[in-house]
Amino acid sequence: MTEENSNVPAPQGEVEAVGVRHGMFGVSGSGDTSGYGGLVKQTVFPAASQRPFGGWYDEVADALEARLKATALTAAVEKVVIDRGEITFHVRREDLAFVAQMFRDDEGLRFELCSGVSGVHYPEDTGRELHAVYHLLSMTFNRRVRLEVSAPDADPHIPSIVSIYPTNDWHERETYDMFGIVFDGHPALTRILMPDDWPGHPQRKDYPLGGIPVEYKGGTIPPPDQRRSYS
Amino acid sequence: MTSDVYAGSNETAQGKVFTVTGQDWDSITQGLEDDVEERIVVNMGPQHPSTHGVLRLILELEGETVTEARCGIGYLHTGIEKNMEYRSWVQGVTFCTRMDYLSPFHNEMTYVLGVERLLGIEADIPEKAQVMRVLLMELNRISSHLVCIATGGMEIGALTVMTIGFRERELVLDLFELITGLRMNHAFIRPGGVSQDLPPGALDEIRSFVALMKKRLPEYADLCNANPIFKGRLEGVGHLDLAGCLALGMTGPVLRSTGYPWDLRKSQPYSGYETYDFDVQTWDTCDSYGRFRVRLAEMWESLKIVEQAADRLANLEGAPVMVADKKIAWPSQLAIGSDGMGNSLDHIRHIMGESMEALIHHFKLVTEGFRVPPGQAYVPIESPRGELGAHVVSDGGTRPFRAHFRDPSFTNLQATSVMSEGGMVADVIVAIASIDPVMGGVDR
Repeated sequence: MTEENSNVPAPQGEVEAVGVRHGMFGVSGSGDTSGYGGLVKQTVFPAASQRPFGGWYDEVADALEARLKATALTAAVEKVVIDRGEITFHVRREDLAFVAQMFRDDEGLRFELCSGVSGVHYPEDTGRELHAVYHLLSMTFNRRVRLEVSAPDADPHIPSIVSIYPTNDWHERETYDMFGIVFDGHPALTRILMPDDWPGHPQRKDYPLGGIPVEYKGGTIPPPDQRRSYS
Repeated sequence: MTSDVYAGSNETAQGKVFTVTGQDWDSITQGLEDDVEERIVVNMGPQHPSTHGVLRLILELEGETVTEARCGIGYLHTGIEKNMEYRSWVQGVTFCTRMDYLSPFHNEMTYVLGVERLLGIEADIPEKAQVMRVLLMELNRISSHLVCIATGGMEIGALTVMTIGFRERELVLDLFELITGLRMNHAFIRPGGVSQDLPPGALDEIRSFVALMKKRLPEYADLCNANPIFKGRLEGVGHLDLAGCLALGMTGPVLRSTGYPWDLRKSQPYSGYETYDFDVQTWDTCDSYGRFRVRLAEMWESLKIVEQAADRLANLEGAPVMVADKKIAWPSQLAIGSDGMGNSLDHIRHIMGESMEALIHHFKLVTEGFRVPPGQAYVPIESPRGELGAHVVSDGGTRPFRAHFRDPSFTNLQATSVMSEGGMVADVIVAIASIDPVMGGVDR
């Protein structure tokens, strides 16, 4: 794996770096003599896969491509990543509803069940900070795929797929509540877990965990998000 | 009309509002005398014994018929997912075990499976650890279904079902205590295996439990299966067919009560479930009674798996329960000392007296933890309530970048409206009990 050794440059086009981590012990400004403080390591996510994918992945991709070509939406799928036996389709956000509908209805796809949406906030993925990740399950073919859609922080809008998978009603509300992603077309996008008047969206990376220092036997332990952490 | 400070009424912009606390129905009927209005909105919960924990129901009634039912959730939100981002990968287990408190092992399992997939060590987990995981998960399924049946019975007034249900659950919790040291919130399944070996005598206890359950499970069938009151309350209540289940993302006993044998243990096996002999239980009535029968039958299947797992464990004495990779495995197995449970004396002697490197290694692994290669994984499992999955994302660090749990209680609770609108208000309770939501899992 390329991320194991950052001294070896990875081939062009195979790296998708999201962020850089510095040092090793989570402290800065101290008189570090170990040399580890100068460590610079890129965070590299699994790169896009090329055809042939192998196994049933190609069947799904073929069915998808055939349908997309028929509607002149060939750019709807930005890339396909196969990693650790899981396939992820990165979908352009304006085409999400169409792609999801196809995944549900196409005879060769038949992804009947959606396991909800999970938001992820990548503050360093500039222009695509907010990701919404959908896990679809085809009970007919016993397959799972993942759809990933991204939106910038400045325009956190993603189309809702509640009309296609009604189960996403609460899931989208939760993701809105926690990340502030606005799912356009959701029948009633309100907070679900946090109180209605809560300021901010707690699971974003720029939202602090909070907490108070704990005193025990004369010693004081800072709250979890201010403790020294290993990067 | 007696004046009760708690059960007062006051005028608001929306109309007259009553606060009901129990045994005060008279004050409402008297208060309503002058302006009889058929349509009333009832706020049931969040503190109400028959709403399964802190679930708030907003019911619009016309007479005794429910015209609209909505859920208010979030009263038990504790920010577990956010907290996990600030602890090491191993510590995450301690958090997620507390979500769905009736099935702690399943919470741990789905998270740990995700971490193991990210680490790429799925094939390296020792067999004994896998068998112990299966054993604990199936015992957990029994205890969870027992609580579902017990509280479900209590909510319709069948208190005997409640007492016998909790009686048997206590036995399962005793087994958990013997094996893990804790009755709940075990944090026992760890990335790479399980946290400690089976204690001596555990297999005998498990076997005698199975033998006892084989005598006692028929009691549930005798008490409920053909009981006219029980059937009268459950049959045809909370109806949801297969199409409705798939649209709403329902899984678990609710889905299987439509006759569709979907069980992840069979269809997408993990932890070696494909090597155990058991059947997927279904019913074909799509109602609360069917879900009760599915759960009852599943307990028998779980007993079968527990027996098989116990037989395998008998042949695995002394086998490792943690992955061999010392960069991932927790450095020491726990042992009982004179001052309680802690690292084994042999290990302490080794790191304190023999090897400086071992001490450093122990320290680094426990305080810093291991690094997980960047990527994301989703490995769902069949929890007692349906598909439970953890979407874990790593950025290559020693802590989860994001851990999101797809909890079946959360998803299934959305069916409250479809199951109860148009029915009687008393049937709302039965319908929700048949979903078996655990609010710790719903709110996380």
